[in-house]
Amino acid sequence: MADRSPAPDTPELRERWGAFEFTESYRAKADQAIARYPEGRQRSAVMPLLDLAQRQVGEETDTQGWLPLPVIEYVADYLDLPVIRVLEVASFYFMYNMKPVGKYHVQVCGTTPCMLRGSDGLFETCKKRGMKKGHVSDDGLWTLTEVECMGNCATAPMVQINDDNYEDLTPERFDEILDELAAGKQPKTGTQIEGKRTSEPEGGPTTLKEMVDVNHDYRGDWK
Amino acid sequence: MLADKDRIFTNLYGFQDWGLKAAQQRGDWDDTKSLIARGHDNIIEEVKASGLRGRGGAGFPTGLKWSFMPKESKDGRPSFLVINADESEPGSCKDREIIRHDPHKLIEGALVAGYAMRARAAYIYIRGEYIREAETLQAAIDEAYDAGLIGKNASKSGYDFDVFLHRGAGAYICGEETAMIESLEGKKGQPRLKPPFPAGAGLYGCPTTVNNVESIAVVPTILRRGASWFASFGRENNKGTKLFQISGHVNKPCVVEEALSIPFSELIEKHCGGIIGGKDNLLAVIPGGSSVPLVPAEQIWDAPMDFDGLKDLGSGLGTAGVIVMDKSTDIVRAISRLSYFYKHESCGQCTPCREGTGWMWRMMERLRTGDAAIEEIDMLQQVTKQVEGHTICALGDAAAWPIQGLIRHFRPELERRIEEHNAKFAEAAE
Repeated sequence: MADRSPAPDTPELRERWGAFEFTESYRAKADQAIARYPEGRQRSAVMPLLDLAQRQVGEETDTQGWLPLPVIEYVADYLDLPVIRVLEVASFYFMYNMKPVGKYHVQVCGTTPCMLRGSDGLFETCKKRGMKKGHVSDDGLWTLTEVECMGNCATAPMVQINDDNYEDLTPERFDEILDELAAGKQPKTGTQIEGKRTSEPEGGPTTLKEMVDVNHDYRGDWK
Repeated sequence: MLADKDRIFTNLYGFQDWGLKAAQQRGDWDDTKSLIARGHDNIIEEVKASGLRGRGGAGFPTGLKWSFMPKESKDGRPSFLVINADESEPGSCKDREIIRHDPHKLIEGALVAGYAMRARAAYIYIRGEYIREAETLQAAIDEAYDAGLIGKNASKSGYDFDVFLHRGAGAYICGEETAMIESLEGKKGQPRLKPPFPAGAGLYGCPTTVNNVESIAVVPTILRRGASWFASFGRENNKGTKLFQISGHVNKPCVVEEALSIPFSELIEKHCGGIIGGKDNLLAVIPGGSSVPLVPAEQIWDAPMDFDGLKDLGSGLGTAGVIVMDKSTDIVRAISRLSYFYKHESCGQCTPCREGTGWMWRMMERLRTGDAAIEEIDMLQQVTKQVEGHTICALGDAAAWPIQGLIRHFRPELERRIEEHNAKFAEAAE
């Protein structure tokens, strides 16, 4: 189990977040999420709502966002649930940040398939830049987390930074990506190998070659 | 090698658009109405006849699973289809390709499968980390609604069927079907005791079937081309085509659709450019995602990649996430890292797993450096046996098996490290 507890409930925290509520656009998204579940089952929407709340906090603080206790209480109130029912969900799922994070949440996958392809080198890159696991960097830009398998194993090693994946990385390319982000640019997402599309073998697919150039319909060959 | 015309996921690599129009050009949503017109039971029979076994890891026959659903609701409870897109097993990355490049195969499959099992709606539970993938899938669902393919009178079949997307938030355990149901209900993803099985009381206490993305997405093609077509691939009891995901020490890691029972060597040589450093450099393979025991090089090379072939080697096909390790691998560290994964992902509900996964990981870390006694290898083996089978869900088993595989095949390596470590200490003491 991961060790996760909420940030301390201080007067400062209350003052900063006590008046939190969804903006109009987030409220619309929240209501849309609630409508996906049957009548009387609004509790199911707790996960999407926590995600939305975290994103709104992120926008307000120019970070990836996190979940201060008053925000969790707001979500509980929104769904008419006891606070503990929301808090236990927030602390159970790893993607809800229980503490403030940086502008970029650098999530390096360290599980075996990525490890075999060189994730050690990616951690080294982070270390050289002064990032420490679980800490926000002094300039507020970075939080480094070692995450468990992200499901990009055929394009390992990979890093997820906020909403985007960077795959087939080398330590050097990863360093460049971090530079680009620091400079306010959007790096190329997905695989970083030149000429590679997604998860096909490097150098071109061994199958379905017609599909590279045209939207081929194979039904003519079925019989 | 499987011919391109027999591949189901023709846009696997996303060279072409995932959108509705392009998908229709490739053959999706082609007269779905007539598939549905075959009737609930005919569809189930056809899927049974195709020999399709669940693609999520356990390999349970899909058609049989559907037949457990009630034929009529005696008490007014609706039935649900839950599609497991919580792909989190280390080594697995196939559902992601389906979702972001061929989402309409999944949505059409949801309708047809949902109709067959008389479900009112499908909930697709996608792992939270698949952020862009979820955006694509939601856009595809919206397209399908707008085109009248799902929703009221779906595809003009007269059947009402909804498809909803639910995003997870980073918990491996939610890939377990009852944990997934708990999570869908807005709770912590802690597995339920079975029975009652989901087909009796699942989501919101209603009859529910949980299927993997790939199992659902192949169904429309099976119906269009016939059960006998699908059953013409692979060995007896291991029929059909399958997405293999090869990661680790091969020259060109990739995802590829192949016939089940393809020999390991062919899979690696044809699609992955061989093992790094050549065949002789292969050390071991984890053939089905992290939960299955590893297989040493000499046993895996000619083995058929299917459920029974790998079971015969004391391992399993799992999700067909093939993790290849060459001789440069620190094999103890590779398995220890998996032990850490299970420690991290244990939901904490059952004591043997919550305490055992941490204990096993710490022991593995000591074995990695050799800071242990020989007897402790046996003690570790014993503890894995005490975790295995003594928990509500299979996470305890999944944590135990990789370690058992390591001890079974690499015990001399573990002993060598211990002896080396002890010798160093003896030297220092002198």
